[in-house]
Amino acid sequence: MDGVKLHGTWASPYSIRVKWAMKLKGIPFQYIEEDLFNKSALLLQHNPAHKKIPVLVHGLRPVCESMVIVEYLEEIWPQYPLLPIYPYERSVARFWVKLIEDKSPNVWMVYRTVGEEQEKAMRDSLEMLSILEEHGPNKGKKFFGGDNINIVDIAFGGVAHWMGVVEEVSGREMFDAEKFPRLHAWMGNIKSLQLIAENLPDQGKLCQYLACQREKLVSSSSQN
Amino acid sequence: MADEVILLDFWPSMFGMRCRIALAAKGVKYEYKDEDLRNKSELLLKMNPIHKKIPVLVHNGKPVCESLVILQYIDETWSDKCPLLPSDPYQRAQARFWVDYVDKKFYELGRKVWSTKGEEQETAKKEMIESLKLLEGELGDKPFFGGEKLGFLDVAIVPFSTWFYAYEMCGNFSLEAECPKFMAWTKRCMEIESVSKSLVDPHKVYGFVLQLKKAFGIE
Repeated sequence: MDGVKLHGTWASPYSIRVKWAMKLKGIPFQYIEEDLFNKSALLLQHNPAHKKIPVLVHGLRPVCESMVIVEYLEEIWPQYPLLPIYPYERSVARFWVKLIEDKSPNVWMVYRTVGEEQEKAMRDSLEMLSILEEHGPNKGKKFFGGDNINIVDIAFGGVAHWMGVVEEVSGREMFDAEKFPRLHAWMGNIKSLQLIAENLPDQGKLCQYLACQREKLVSSSSQN
Repeated sequence: MADEVILLDFWPSMFGMRCRIALAAKGVKYEYKDEDLRNKSELLLKMNPIHKKIPVLVHNGKPVCESLVILQYIDETWSDKCPLLPSDPYQRAQARFWVDYVDKKFYELGRKVWSTKGEEQETAKKEMIESLKLLEGELGDKPFFGGEKLGFLDVAIVPFSTWFYAYEMCGNFSLEAECPKFMAWTKRCMEIESVSKSLVDPHKVYGFVLQLKKAFGIE
């Protein structure tokens, strides 16, 4: 079988989704750490439309966008299935993945902005959490996938972990345990999985990295 | 027991049109319900309580929301006729990537072209042309994005073409002149019955856009 390479960065929740999917499925791969301030020629060649990570290269063929990559992995490596078998249940899982994709950028905006922009990002992030808390699939079960994690858990897992760091760096609380008991229990279940716990970025290092980014962004916006 | 299929939709919606084409291509009989978005039906609010948006496909009482999720559901449920996604996993990933690209770029760019002026509008026009040229590159020499036949990406993108006349009128530019290859592809798609009977008249869309501009107080 052709070799698999993953171009990613340690600080990206999108990279980590792909890493988790590959580890769950036991897919051997080579990881290439990209410097986002000095993107490799290979990355730019493989993703000319967005110039972003993660990019999976299977043999010589690139696949871009984290959740497109996860669906691709699912089709070629069916072990540890991440999508249900039947079309209706698959459509439910894909609906939640899309919701998470559409709303999670608000979480990043909380540490990237101040003032009214940050307030809006907070409101939109809290709205996403409320929707997941109340309506997220498989309520009452350990994971959004039921007894095992699935594509929805993978999509939200990175976001949820990064949220803790965003809170610390921005000084804004989002993921209140009293307001979101279901999601907190879910987070505990996710992190109790050895494979996930062993593949999370160092919290302190991530805090430092995001704090540094915030300082640059906030000071450059105040100069405008 | 016969299938009961309902499509909750709004006539000028590009996202709704995608679903209409897919259902027509697969010969699925369904009931079309046009929503008044200022006075949404109880059925819509019940079937899509989270977003309260169209399109929603209701299949035997169960809702499927989000146009691309609906397209994949239609493809997987009525899999015996006219497959939309290619069978090769890599080609499927490419189709999903480009549809994701179109959704992230086009809708917002289109909105800026018809609803803004000055520098914001000029930037949106320029980016729209760049996006279309990128898609022309992806099309290459193939008659359709799906190859010899209409595929997932064709179904997802072609409805945007019904809004091009409105963009051209509001933006005072010609997409035909800038992206002739893309326009030739839209004409080829329109020769297919499932597309031509599912898309709306671009002049009617322009009329709708003018109404929107008036309602929002945009010159």
